[in-house]
Amino acid sequence: MGEHGNGDPRDSGAVINAGDGESGQYAVDDPGLPPHRPRLADEDEKTAKRSERQVAVLFLVSIIGTVIFFIGYFVVGHTADLHEVRLQNTLLGLGVAFAMLGIGLGVVHWAKTLMPDHELVEARKPLRTEEQRQEAEQIVGDVLEESGIKRRPLIRNTLIGAAVLAPLPAVVLFRDLDLSEDFGPERMRHTIWDEGVRLVRDPTGTPVRAADLTVGSAMHIVPETLLDITDHGEKLAEKAKSVVLLIRMDPEEIQTVSEGREDWTYEGIIAASKVCTHVGCPVALYERHTHHLLCPCHQSTFDAANEFEVIFGPAGRPLPQLPIAVDDEGYLVARSDFTEPVGPSYWERGNA
Amino acid sequence: MSTHESDSTAAGAAAFQPETRTGRIADYVDQRVGGTNMVREFGRKIFPDHWTFMFGEVALYSFVILIISGIFLTFWFDPSMATVEYEGKYAPMNGMEMSAAYASALDISFDVRGGLFMRQIHHWAALVFVMAMSVHMLRVFFTGAFRKPRELNWVVGCALLILGLGAGFTGYSLPDEVLSGNGLRIIDGIMKALPVVGTYLSFFLFGGEFPGEAVIPRLYVLHILIIPGLILALVVVHLFMVVLHKHTQYPGPGRTERNVVGYPVGPVYAAKAGGFFFIVFGILALIAGTFQINALWNYGPYDPSPVQAGAQPDWYIGPFEGVLRMMPGWIGDIPLEFVIPTPWGGNTVATPVLVPLIPIAVLFAGMFLWPWIEAWISGDKRDHHILDRPRNAPARTAFGTATVTFYCILWGMGANDLIATHFHLSLNDITYWSRVLIFVGPVIAFILTKRICLALQRKDRDTVLHGHEAGVIEMKPHGEFTERHRRPNDYELYTLVAFESPEPSGPVPNAKGKVTRTEKLRARLNRWFYEDRVAPVSRREYLEALEHDHHDGHEDGGLEAREQQQIGSGHH
Repeated sequence: MGEHGNGDPRDSGAVINAGDGESGQYAVDDPGLPPHRPRLADEDEKTAKRSERQVAVLFLVSIIGTVIFFIGYFVVGHTADLHEVRLQNTLLGLGVAFAMLGIGLGVVHWAKTLMPDHELVEARKPLRTEEQRQEAEQIVGDVLEESGIKRRPLIRNTLIGAAVLAPLPAVVLFRDLDLSEDFGPERMRHTIWDEGVRLVRDPTGTPVRAADLTVGSAMHIVPETLLDITDHGEKLAEKAKSVVLLIRMDPEEIQTVSEGREDWTYEGIIAASKVCTHVGCPVALYERHTHHLLCPCHQSTFDAANEFEVIFGPAGRPLPQLPIAVDDEGYLVARSDFTEPVGPSYWERGNA
Repeated sequence: MSTHESDSTAAGAAAFQPETRTGRIADYVDQRVGGTNMVREFGRKIFPDHWTFMFGEVALYSFVILIISGIFLTFWFDPSMATVEYEGKYAPMNGMEMSAAYASALDISFDVRGGLFMRQIHHWAALVFVMAMSVHMLRVFFTGAFRKPRELNWVVGCALLILGLGAGFTGYSLPDEVLSGNGLRIIDGIMKALPVVGTYLSFFLFGGEFPGEAVIPRLYVLHILIIPGLILALVVVHLFMVVLHKHTQYPGPGRTERNVVGYPVGPVYAAKAGGFFFIVFGILALIAGTFQINALWNYGPYDPSPVQAGAQPDWYIGPFEGVLRMMPGWIGDIPLEFVIPTPWGGNTVATPVLVPLIPIAVLFAGMFLWPWIEAWISGDKRDHHILDRPRNAPARTAFGTATVTFYCILWGMGANDLIATHFHLSLNDITYWSRVLIFVGPVIAFILTKRICLALQRKDRDTVLHGHEAGVIEMKPHGEFTERHRRPNDYELYTLVAFESPEPSGPVPNAKGKVTRTEKLRARLNRWFYEDRVAPVSRREYLEALEHDHHDGHEDGGLEAREQQQIGSGHH
């Protein structure tokens, strides 16, 4: 076994091994490797020939697989028909599968039936002997001594200082990952909702009259001013804060109206931020009979009849409510921006 | 010295004259890079063979397939969030505004021949990659392969698993459709919950407020360069250490702490392992060709407003999703989220998001530290190259299944909505029960597993002392029925008796003769680890059992003769 057995592991004294099967340690002594049992193909040339043919057949299957791939690629060709895309994908997949499995199974079958299956034994070498360790220790000691780093603490200390500071620019350089002009958490307190901004449907952008909503229905709403933003990134960022779910319920069913919120609704029409206060998924499911809003991500459930208080799930706060009114032309408008930051809680949020 | 060496090299080269063309090329290369020693080192290197050693290979091979398919995808994927109008072949989206990333992902699916296949094999391979790593890790854990000298390789493996999760999540987010966009939104929400730095981390990742226009190109760099580069580097380190330590082996006759028994690399092992790569590739191709995954044309471009009910992350993100779903935001009328009053208006502690991070952090920290925790408890600082049969380390096995149970409850909770709809259960009830189960489940799993391990050990003892049931019922002259037992052969016997079963060791005083508080804790944990034990059959017990058999005389002559020999060999 080449070099592997040369170091005598019993001689090193470098490593303590767990139980070694020393004689007398266990109830029976190590009987050694079981005798090798020859396979059929080891003794019978006809069986060996048959294995050889089987391996060759598997390699042929691989060749057929490659041909299937080319049929899928060239014969089906470019297509926009979804069924043909599926067919092509299946042919390519089956082709590659046959091509690979043919080779793989063939080689493994070859190894298992025709290559020698004797298990061999190799000695483990210790990672180091005590003698080698001492030699290495000597080298390290000499290197340190020659560098003089121990004798000259001034050099050592200034080097440590420099080495600690030097990587800092590499961290600072990433400061401009956020290039925005209004950098900082303050911007999270505001959305583009404002007094008089019309509620419009998402995605059509048409304004909403109170009469458009029947009792029990719900509508996805964005501020009309969102449509004026041309920059795609800015638009998405603003939309991510200002999406609103508008629902209409029987005014009788509204159970809680806290002080200062008396005029936030209009004839049973309530608007709430659609951004979950948990981690920010859209709270998109509304159940009209229970007035519950459910976030499909983590199942936080909010009760619209009680100012969107959390009745189930991991959300920590009620959904912020958008105060609404009706303008001169009869369209629904916001009375103001949200009175607290929307979306997931963050460190700087504080008492809002 | 050096002159002498070059002389001898020159003399050697002069003496060897290759005769064939292949020989000349091989010799040319050999004289320049030293192939001789590589062949001597690796040509017949021994690798133990066992089906459980295969999972690491599956992980490695699926990673290779990920790289191959991933490189293909990079040629067409455009990681840009710039708005484009879709003009590809998928008619339902024609003219729709979307990001270039999503449009190019659609192009890969419909306009590039084989693109859909490559996308699917890439995604399936990613799922298999993480799964194979996880199962490989469980194998290493339950067999004790992480013990000295392999602790550092275990740590490399843990890092690879985390990188694998990172690679998966960054890749999942790239197509910029509604599904992955909501995944990013959740990451944004979790980041923002982190005290002090969280909000800024989110700003820096997204280049401003979520979602911005920067995140996809940034995730792309992580996904195709940094993470795979790190994985590749760590895979090299991982395999280097496997070669350095040589592979572990299961206990059995002829296998000791000082040898490796197995097949040589050339030809058998190389053929089997090499062939296995093609098998893994073939199976993944078969799945990718016949099972649809991530049909991203159904989702539409990312928009912060829509969301799908029943949306699921890839399987390995399940536990992280589950732990968020399981956490209550309020207990009764008391909100868990609170504000620390400060002069500048207070700081919010988003407890419902932060608390779930604790078990996750403990899980990962425990994973990294386990080799040292166990070595500290057991006090065993020796090298181990022979694996434990899981039953022979009952406490570790039980602890492992308890952890797996914990993980699986979190994982199942990641799909609680689908469990509710598929089994017609109340979603709320599932969540309430899971909050109990997460504490009780692991304890039950621990107790059950430990009992099963001990029972299996007793069964092993029984087999050694009384033999296997032969399936032959005999009737004695006086009418008693007995079953004949067949003694196992020496090879099987050795496997069943050759293991250590340490007894609990009390606290050991330190150099000053003082038993420290830490040492007392260690001793208590040591007792917990080892107190329930089934000792392996001792030589005396075994000989007594043989003696007993002899008197009963219900064995056939041939076996008895062999046993006499066994007794004889036992007395030297």
